[in-house]
Amino acid sequence: MTTTPTAVRLVSAVDAMKLADAGYRILDVREPVEWNEGHIPGATLLPLADLASRIAEVVPELDTPLLLHCAVGARSARAAAYLASIGYTDLVNLHGSLADWRAAGGAWEAPEQLLTPAQQRRYSRQTLIPEIGQAGQRKLLDSRVLLIGAGGLGSPAALYLAASGVGTIGLVDDDVVDESNLQRQVLHTVDRIGQPKTSSARTTLAALNPETVVVEHRERLSADNVERLIADYDVIVDGTDNFDTRYVLNDAAVRLRKPVVHGSIYRWDGQVTTFVPFEGPCYRCMYPIQPPEELAPSCAVAGVLGVLPGIAGMLQANEVFKLLLGVGETLAGRLLMFDAMSTEFNEVRIWRDPACPSCGEGSPWAAEEARDR
Amino acid sequence: MTTIRIPPVLRETVGGSRMLSASGRTVAEVLDDLFASYPALRDRVTEGGELSSFVNVYVNDRDVRYRDGLATPVGEDDTVILLPAMAGGSR
Repeated sequence: MTTTPTAVRLVSAVDAMKLADAGYRILDVREPVEWNEGHIPGATLLPLADLASRIAEVVPELDTPLLLHCAVGARSARAAAYLASIGYTDLVNLHGSLADWRAAGGAWEAPEQLLTPAQQRRYSRQTLIPEIGQAGQRKLLDSRVLLIGAGGLGSPAALYLAASGVGTIGLVDDDVVDESNLQRQVLHTVDRIGQPKTSSARTTLAALNPETVVVEHRERLSADNVERLIADYDVIVDGTDNFDTRYVLNDAAVRLRKPVVHGSIYRWDGQVTTFVPFEGPCYRCMYPIQPPEELAPSCAVAGVLGVLPGIAGMLQANEVFKLLLGVGETLAGRLLMFDAMSTEFNEVRIWRDPACPSCGEGSPWAAEEARDR
Repeated sequence: MTTIRIPPVLRETVGGSRMLSASGRTVAEVLDDLFASYPALRDRVTEGGELSSFVNVYVNDRDVRYRDGLATPVGEDDTVILLPAMAGGSR
């Protein structure tokens, strides 16, 4: 026995509204991006491209009354013809545009627009991740991250933070690009040797993501400027090369309650951890007293494998994303050690020291924090 | 024998080794055994018979400062990690 394919009825927006009220199931065959900009409440999104593979699961009964629509009626006409050909019996296509539907007083639901269509396209691979989504991407776009050092650790971190749409990246560095930096500081290029690192970095980051605002702080972090520099940022990425800066930064970050993602490297070895003031240990909890500077040979003295700051800086960026999004487990309370020579990761636990001069019980900043809590 | 991980900045004091073995039932004994073979390491890890405040010592993943310091017991299968403050970045 053969069956004649069902005729698809074409209806106006006004008639479609009546059918919707009468219980017709509404299928929206547009793309998710269009759906996100607004849709008929109660409709089901089933893009034309997915129709053949998903219709049996979405609408298992062939006699379900279906009202199809797209933006102007063309895609839904094709969808309806296809559904008729495979046996669906009660098919109605909205003849006209969704603008007609809305003009006729049809119900409409437009979610708050978190991202522009361009942002939805650019960041689609990460907004697909359940822990990020559009809301998470919006957070990243509204976030401000400060990198202390636009060198080996700062380079990979800045590249990925900008690529992923972190809204504002501040760079603190008073150095200029040197030929010997290029082996590992991938923000910089041969033609920018002699330029300030912050401006070289800005050129690279602007090319990668013009939407990210890059703020140049062409100065060296010190006790005099640290609070001004970090005050307006959400997360600080520490990639400096000396104890002075690390201790100055630690104490100011504890005082202003800014999380610091710490990275340090030496030849084939790297260490990364995250300091979240008053939630986990700080740098002084690990090493209460600042060691003499000769215990911290810089890359210029000790040498470093180019990929090492790449790995450590990327691990730092990973920590930043979790802090900004408020998801996952950070390295707070754990020091991650990477040995590139044997390709081994190890970690040790680090504890908040009740006697820590910076964040411990006796510290005035701890008292202040407890008062505000 | 207990395994001791030597961090990069201390390797020059032990002839470049990354891992060494030593015997002892406590951190102090293990370190003394190590210092007997590598005297230059002693000054970098201890000061006046106490652990240097610039070097953290872990038995497995635990900081001995939060256990019994030099008297922290060490087993045959444990790993002792010496971890000096490392500030090196990349400029």
